[in-house]
Formats: sequence, structure tokens, C-alpha cells
Amino acid sequence: MTNEIIRLVGKKDLFIQGDEATVYGALLADCKFFAGYPITPATEVAEGMAIWMPKLGRVCVQMEDEIASIAAVIGASCTGVRAMTATSGPGFSLMQECIGYACMAETPCVIVNVQRGGPSTGQPTEAAQGDIMQTMWGTHGDHQIIALAPKSVQETLDLTIEAFNLSDDYRVPVVVLLDAELGHMREKVVLPEVKNIKVEEKIKSNIESDNFKPYRKHFKKSSKIPNFKHFGLGYKTYITGLTHDERGFPVTTSAEVHEDLVTRLIDKILDDIDNVWYYEDYLIDDAEIMVISYGITSRPAASAVKMAREKGIKVGHIRLITIWPFNYEKIKELLKNVHTVIVPEMNLGQMIHPIREVVGKDVKVILAPRIGGAIHSPKEIFKYIGEVKP
Amino acid sequence: MSFISNKKIIEKYLRKGMFPTIFCTGCGIGGVMNFTLRAIYDLNIDIDTTVFVSGIGCSSRVPGYIDSDGLHTLHGRAIAYATGVKLANPNLNVIVFTGDGDCGAIGGNHFLHAIRRNVDLTVISINNFIYGMTGGQVAPTTPIKSKTSTTPYGNIEYPFDLSILAKVIGAPYVARWTTAHPGQCISSIKNALQKPGFSFVEVLSPCPTFYGRLNKMGTALDMTKHLKESTINVKLYEKILAEGNTTDKMVIGELVNTDKEDFGTKYKRFCGELK
Repeated sequence: MTNEIIRLVGKKDLFIQGDEATVYGALLADCKFFAGYPITPATEVAEGMAIWMPKLGRVCVQMEDEIASIAAVIGASCTGVRAMTATSGPGFSLMQECIGYACMAETPCVIVNVQRGGPSTGQPTEAAQGDIMQTMWGTHGDHQIIALAPKSVQETLDLTIEAFNLSDDYRVPVVVLLDAELGHMREKVVLPEVKNIKVEEKIKSNIESDNFKPYRKHFKKSSKIPNFKHFGLGYKTYITGLTHDERGFPVTTSAEVHEDLVTRLIDKILDDIDNVWYYEDYLIDDAEIMVISYGITSRPAASAVKMAREKGIKVGHIRLITIWPFNYEKIKELLKNVHTVIVPEMNLGQMIHPIREVVGKDVKVILAPRIGGAIHSPKEIFKYIGEVKP
Repeated sequence: MSFISNKKIIEKYLRKGMFPTIFCTGCGIGGVMNFTLRAIYDLNIDIDTTVFVSGIGCSSRVPGYIDSDGLHTLHGRAIAYATGVKLANPNLNVIVFTGDGDCGAIGGNHFLHAIRRNVDLTVISINNFIYGMTGGQVAPTTPIKSKTSTTPYGNIEYPFDLSILAKVIGAPYVARWTTAHPGQCISSIKNALQKPGFSFVEVLSPCPTFYGRLNKMGTALDMTKHLKESTINVKLYEKILAEGNTTDKMVIGELVNTDKEDFGTKYKRFCGELK
């Protein structure tokens, strides 16, 4: 796959924006279908897709709105191809109902959200991390999704590929969360060697439809992820957003069926959280203060921690790469020796909530908020560290 | 015209595990499902490569009862999902079942744009002039003065004519019948299934439980008779117009049958030219 893409693009080293990195990530991940709608600051994703996808004989279509975009992506995914859409806050809000559908129907799909200032139309060209909670809780009902937050253009590319893998593995929508700053920032990237792209078996089967139970009985490797057969194979797969039994048929008034299904939708990911949850730590061994950051904010945060260390302050840094699911157990363990946690966020406090929840009352959790568009400066975060009193 | 028995249709095409259906006595939706399956039988279409897509509403439950791949989506979004299915795998026959509210209100924009793009879909819209699933509220197709649970004093809004809308935007195949026209329905659905591009078949159907009861229209049979009487065949309609006369009746028949390259074919050709 990599060679084909390099041949097409003409080189392996590129100097590109974060938005474009998601395009190359998708191309390398064998994404066969893209549907999107123009929105600042994510438009470059659609533009990049429009350039490359037709040349590879893959589908790229601009739909009439964001709802249609994610709907078409889910439809495409039901035929067994990898599919992606890209948007920003207002479009992401519109997509929420369909994201819930993909959770319920267990349809893989990748959503790139290049966050901008909100609420509402807000600051279209300015960066923000305002959709952290919306990513997890934007759609109604209990569910679990996966969200990844890169900090650099190269990582954006790598995590876009990973998003497709996780989405297929867990049959769940995966959100790649950028922000306007990262989306429009140019950095050097190297197209990675991509191996082991999973291709679903395309064997035509003629089993009796009433006996095929795509949702439940055929658990893959005895996990809770269904062994799903896509359209056109003769399995007569029925997919619905209604509460359904193991065959996929609607059963909407049974508490037992609903509880079984919805619990499984969450547990299929949480039971395997250590394989889904990526993070990076820096100088945490003797740390008494911890900075927890994600996305672009991790860059000034890392600099601030370095500055503080030079002053002799025992501070460490944890960078959340997988921001959802939130790994309560592991984070609790990482924070067991600290007395203060500083959470720099480009919002007025979102990721701070699960962090507060995990540390309890013994640890002080300080928010370092910044909204309006600019990212934190290292000095600004350093100041929060310097002001900490044990 | 098919001479297969209902029993054979049931054996061949229906998903017995899903029965009984949710349809009320006298509802026309089951009939339209029957017409569709007969059209599929007549054309010898491979059911294993046919996907039925629907949104939310009474008519959107049809794919559940058909033993084939089915995608029961969100309210109004069936055509958008179906666009993804068809473009990702052009070898699949994609048939959308939708209601008048699903297609004309919440899904109106997807309906317009799928026609504009000319995606190769067969959209069968069962129009019963009311929201049945939620208990009889006003629809974008509800006639003026009709009573519904949200227009208890009579509807004052102008209704949409879905078939004329499809025709005006440029769908290459548009036909409208009522459930009192089974033969014509089957034949139009057959034409629609064979037509590359967006084909639209609207079937006017009785909802005795809500529309009939709230408007004192009698039994399902009375309503079916009423549908027949309040519609006029397009050929007769054109004759009346030519004579300088007019009528309030709803036009039925094959309203458009033309050729226009569908989006998927065009896209494939365009990709080939880029290489």
C-alpha cells in the first residue's frame, strides 16, 4: 500500500498541514470511501481527498450536509470498506445522532474533528479543544467510543491509520481530534510503511439467515466484539439502531435485551482498555506535581515541565494520546505519588472532570484554561507549576 | 405480470423470525412490500446482492421483514445511508423504503440532493398523508383541512407533492400509484428497478388507524376507494389540460421515464480518465 501511495504522491517526505496528514493517513490505511462537507478549519481534508481518492479509484463525495456525510460513511462501511469523514465543531454537533447509530449498530468509521472555538459558529479559524466532552457524550444514551488526540503532524498521520485499525477491531466509531492550530500547521512527515491492513474475508456464505447471529454468539476470539458480515455476501444481515437481539432483530421493550446489548457495547472496549489506551509520560518517577495534557497543548506543556525541572521542581508530564476511553485505573496509579495535578486545556475545563474524579479529594487539581484561539505558552504553564504550594 | 402465489412470495422472500408485522389492519404498507417482492421475482433479481434501506416510520419497517441485507437507519437519513452503500459497492441493488414524513420532511434535503446527483437508487415512498408510527400527526403531505392529532382544527399548511418534486429536480424515473393499483405498481417498480439512476415510486396508501379515523373516512376499503376516486391518470389529466380544463385530483401514472447517466457510473468513468 505504502509504495502505491508514494508512487502516486511522488515522494516519501512531505511538508504538510495536519489536515492533509489525515488524508495521507487515510490513503495509507486503505480508506475506500470519503464523504464530507466543507467547514473551516477541516476543509483541507475534503480537498486533499478530492485530489487523491479518484486517482486511486476510490470514492470521494461532497454531501449536502454533515448528517448526510456521516450517514453515507456508515452506509459505505456496511459494505465492508473503510470509510471516513472530516468536520469541525458545528458539523460534529450535526453528526451526533449518526455517531450514536454507529455505536449501536457497531459499524466501523473514522471521524476527523478539527476543533474550532465555540459554542455555535464561534471562531471558525481559531483553535480550541472545546469538543472533548461532546466527543464522548454528544450522542444520547449510554455508549463508549474511542478518541485519539495527536500533538504533531506526523502523529496525526500515524494516529489516523491507527484510528482505522481500532475502528475495525472494536467495531466502533473512532474520532481523531485535531484543532485549528494543528490542522493548519505545517511540519515534515515521512509516509510510514503500512503492513497488515486487515481485509475482511469476502467468502460468500449460504447459511440459513435465521441461524446467523451477527451480534453476540460469534464473538471474535471469545471477546465481546461481534463477528459481523457485510452486505452482499448472502448472510442477510439486518442492521438497526433499535435495541436488537443477537440476530440483529429489533426487541425494544425487553429490559434484559437492552441491558445486555448496551453493557456489551461499552464492555467490548473497556475490557480491553490497555490495548486501546495510549499515553506518553515524561519525568514522572519522582514527580510530586503532574501536568496532564493532550493534543497540541502537550507541546508547551512539555516545555514548561522542562523549564520547571531546570529550577529543581519535581514535576512530570503525562500526555493522553487516547483521550476516550479514560483509563481510570491506570491514571490513578500514575498519580499515586503526586499532590497536585495541573491540567492545561484550550477550553474552560473539560478533561479536568474525569481527572478530578480519579484522584479524589486528596490531590489538588488545577485547571490552566485558555480560550480565544491562541495556544498556551510554555511560560504560562510554567507559571502554574511555579505557584504550586505543597 | 407475476403469477406467483402469496404463499410462495412469503416462503421465498420473507424473514419469518420477524413476524408478526407491526402493521395495523387495513394498512397499505404490506401490500407495497408484496408489489416490490413480485417485481423482484419477475425480474429474477438476486436477493443476496440486494440491500433494503429505510429510515424511521411504519414504512421503514419493511426491510426487517424481507430476508435480505437490510439497513434500518435514522429518521430521514435512509437516502443518505443508501448513497454510501451504493457508491461503495455499485454491484448491490439498493432499494429504499421511506414514508412521506421520512422522505419529505426530515429527509427532504437528502431526497433532493440524491436526485440532483442521480445516485442509482430505487426509492419507494409509501405516502399515507400522516405520521402513523407516532400516532397520527400532520405530515408535509397532509392535505389542507385534514385533521391530525397536531392539527385538531384542520391542517392549514400547503402539502408537498413528492412525485412532482422528484420530477422537477430531474429524477429519470418517477411514477405514482395507489394501493388500489397493484398491477400498475408492480410494473412501475419493475421499471424503476431496471432504471440506472434515481428512480422514485410513490404509492398512496390508506392509514385507517389514524388518517382514516381522524377524518371519518370509514374502513380501509372505503379509503382505498377514496384514493382511487381522488386520483386521475396522467394521460387523462393531460387530455383535460389540453381541453383547457383543470382538476383537483392527484395525478397518478408514470410521470417521468427518461435516460440520464447515474452518478456511480459517471464517477467510475471520471476516475478512469484521471489515471
